[in-house]
Amino acid sequence: MSDQRTQVGVPVLRRDLYAKVTGAATYTVDVSPPGTLHAKVVRSSHAHARITRIERDAALATPGVVGIVVAEDLKDLFPRFGHIVPDHCILAIGKVRYYGEPVALVVAESLFAAEDAAAAVEVHYEELDAVMTAGDALADGAPLVHEEFYRAATDESFAAMAAAPTEDGDGGARDNVAHTVELEWGDVDAAFADAHLVVENERVHYPMLYAYAMEPYNAVADFRDGRLHVTSTAQHPFMVRTDLARIFDLPLSRVRVEVPYLGGGYGSKSYTKVEPLAAIGSWATGRPVKLVLDVEESIYTTRADSADVTVRSAFDAEGRIIAREFDVVLDSGAYADNSPLVLAKTVNRCFGPYRVPNLRARGRSVYTNTSPASSYRGFGAPQGSLPGELNIEKAAAELGLDSFEIRRRNLVRPGEEILRGKRGIDADLLGDLEMLANSLQSHAREDSAIGIGFTASDAGAFPVSTAQIRLQVDGSVLVLSGSTEMGQGSESALAQIAAEELGVPLDAVSVAQSDTGTGPYERTTGASRTTTLAGLALQRACTEAKQKVVAMAAEVFGLPEADIASVPGGVQVADRPRVPFGEVISRWFGAAAGEVTGVGLVRREGVTQKMPPFWEVGVVGVDVEVDPDTGAVKVRQLATVADVGFAINPRAVEGQDLGAATQGLGGALFEELIYDGPQLVNPNMVEYRVPRMQDLAERIDTMIAERGDGVGPYGAKGAGEGTLNPMAAAVAGAVAKAIGRWPTRVPLTPERVWRLMNDLPEEDGE
Amino acid sequence: MADGGELGRTVRANVNGTEVSRYVANRSTLAQFLRDDLGLTGTKVSCELQVCGVCSVLVDGSPVSACTYLAVDIDGRKVETVEGLADGDTLHPLQQAFVEEFALQCGFCTPGFLMMSVALLRRNPDPSEEDVKEYLDGNICRCTGYRPIVEAVQLAATRMREDGHV
Repeated sequence: MSDQRTQVGVPVLRRDLYAKVTGAATYTVDVSPPGTLHAKVVRSSHAHARITRIERDAALATPGVVGIVVAEDLKDLFPRFGHIVPDHCILAIGKVRYYGEPVALVVAESLFAAEDAAAAVEVHYEELDAVMTAGDALADGAPLVHEEFYRAATDESFAAMAAAPTEDGDGGARDNVAHTVELEWGDVDAAFADAHLVVENERVHYPMLYAYAMEPYNAVADFRDGRLHVTSTAQHPFMVRTDLARIFDLPLSRVRVEVPYLGGGYGSKSYTKVEPLAAIGSWATGRPVKLVLDVEESIYTTRADSADVTVRSAFDAEGRIIAREFDVVLDSGAYADNSPLVLAKTVNRCFGPYRVPNLRARGRSVYTNTSPASSYRGFGAPQGSLPGELNIEKAAAELGLDSFEIRRRNLVRPGEEILRGKRGIDADLLGDLEMLANSLQSHAREDSAIGIGFTASDAGAFPVSTAQIRLQVDGSVLVLSGSTEMGQGSESALAQIAAEELGVPLDAVSVAQSDTGTGPYERTTGASRTTTLAGLALQRACTEAKQKVVAMAAEVFGLPEADIASVPGGVQVADRPRVPFGEVISRWFGAAAGEVTGVGLVRREGVTQKMPPFWEVGVVGVDVEVDPDTGAVKVRQLATVADVGFAINPRAVEGQDLGAATQGLGGALFEELIYDGPQLVNPNMVEYRVPRMQDLAERIDTMIAERGDGVGPYGAKGAGEGTLNPMAAAVAGAVAKAIGRWPTRVPLTPERVWRLMNDLPEEDGE
Repeated sequence: MADGGELGRTVRANVNGTEVSRYVANRSTLAQFLRDDLGLTGTKVSCELQVCGVCSVLVDGSPVSACTYLAVDIDGRKVETVEGLADGDTLHPLQQAFVEEFALQCGFCTPGFLMMSVALLRRNPDPSEEDVKEYLDGNICRCTGYRPIVEAVQLAATRMREDGHV
């Protein structure tokens, strides 16, 4: 069969795009049930302060206001959320921990009324000393962001991925360290003592970033008759359901979380955001409540962890790595959210896809009085690879090797372990390197400054996926999946897999996604897992459905099952013409009615036993030109290699890769959230500058390497994050070559590059 | 949108070829009017500062940011939104080209890109790559990396010139 694939590996047009170009596609922000009230959040005006009093009478008197909820109204609920550490207050309890934290929720008949009333809620504060940087937070005697110590969620799948939190014993927190992770093997000290060359990069800084999914966080909640129905912009509806069920002490079966099309996700819509706020609004008023954040509120809701990393590597005389040592500090903001996992991934991903015989990597995730950090595309890999790869470039320069040669000498070979005891690398990085080198070097000019970056991410997240397939009597097919369509094209890719497995036309397949009330469980839509894990579950569902049809056909035709062959689109009975699925179903039920459901399950067993389920590699290179007068960086060439095993839809893979690479260029050249005092100076899209059309590289080459080496359908692996991950490192390496100085932070704004060129500090006041 | 106590006035406008008349609050934006009063939810809102281009619609043929354009100001004017582009089941050449070139992923920015592209092609039926980039530089897309959008606009322009599309 493998050489006769017709529905996968071909660039089919994505079905969701038709509804999206006409304006007919429904996003959460378009959902408004009859009788919906509108909510507005009253937010903290301090970074760290005790709440002494909240006056809501004047606000309640505003025409159209239905209710105002504050933390003390939630005493009968579990008033916090958090999938690893349930430390995140729905509404600030007792004190606020960052500027912009929700303090009260106003619910009114119209958005205007809610906005007017929100401005009339008076919150009185007693200001507390704040810790605005990780350095401040780690200082002796620093004020505590959290006085309480929160036990981590007991879910073993998170325990398997994240480090255990600092155990305390007496229930109180001792410092602002939220989590620590340590990874060590070999004899690092001995290796450094024996080294031919030791190369160090001190305190390389990766900035706080905002993913800017263009649809801001929003949700509609309807709590009635002991049931909660939420429609939201959640990538992981099943994880949100768990948080909501705990808040209201409801069975999972009475919490329904539905997710229509997402206006961008990129990891930033992972886990719970505004759903608890909308839900308490509905719980308090008994009516559906809609809450739509604006972009400034969204920026204060979730950002990426910033990182300060110090790295030291030891090399032998041939340029081979003999040891690496990393110290990672993440500024994780006021609440843990996914930062424990971001930290674990930063530690796992910082040292790169290299043979590292001796390793010591230590990481700390630190609470500060800044906005909470959580997931953003590739998390951990961008933060870790900037210092890690810059350090490799610096070593190459000192060893007299070029960027490609030092990696040829150190990249892991197919099957070799990167993390001890984990799945060996399921990619051919040397093959990818040669593709990258050919592309960039064949278009290089005399003054080219080429920088490259390599990453490997232990991707795929924890393998818990389920899928259902429902064969209909008319020959059409319904695929049910809990994976969210957030723009990545899963709706189309899942349809292709089902069509291929069943041997039916693509048009016969419909896909329904992400509804915890009616669809099957999917743990997350993140870590590039859908094609691999949801795809595997779907393949298994198809297999089960086909087996059921064979059994039914045996009964219908009065033959042993062995005489019935499963063929594309139906069954073959002896030498009769093919009997389509629908006809078998119809004859078995004895009516033009009924259906057959196939279920597919994926867990940690068989091909997905070993973690990670697959490695997502990042292989990128850029060729840059620096304006000597202004420091502006222009990208002449952008080259990427997607090592995806098998591309279900090659055009979609290329689109994901260029998109991820472009976001990576944003972090490398433009994007950075900047705190000055208690609040951000640039929480808006005027001052937070993202890549625009005129920033497009002059030459773009998005290559796909297909070697069938993944565990997913047809040898596929996940895609979509890889090309973001090493982009900052590649750009910083290229700029270093262009100007002869080593950057210590991104984004490489014109001012920063100009300062470097003129031997000035990269920041004012340093 | 208008509630008790809201100051407002009645506006009459032509929206996608249909004459409409509604009482709107003075502080209603055109985006709120289109989405909440007329149910034309194809127009999206993002930055609310006129820099992302998501909410772009055409008023009397010129692109405006519906997030900050007041609804009362459309009185007597002609408004075009993404819902008015297709001719029945036949997509506008720009819509067709966006699908074929994978010029969108999440699709949230797409209505704005389409309306800006309509305005561009009316002014310049044969834009160079640089023309497209310059005209659409005020529209942000976070998914595609832009290149497919440039290709889609040029493909549509070619087809429209060949077909004499206006």
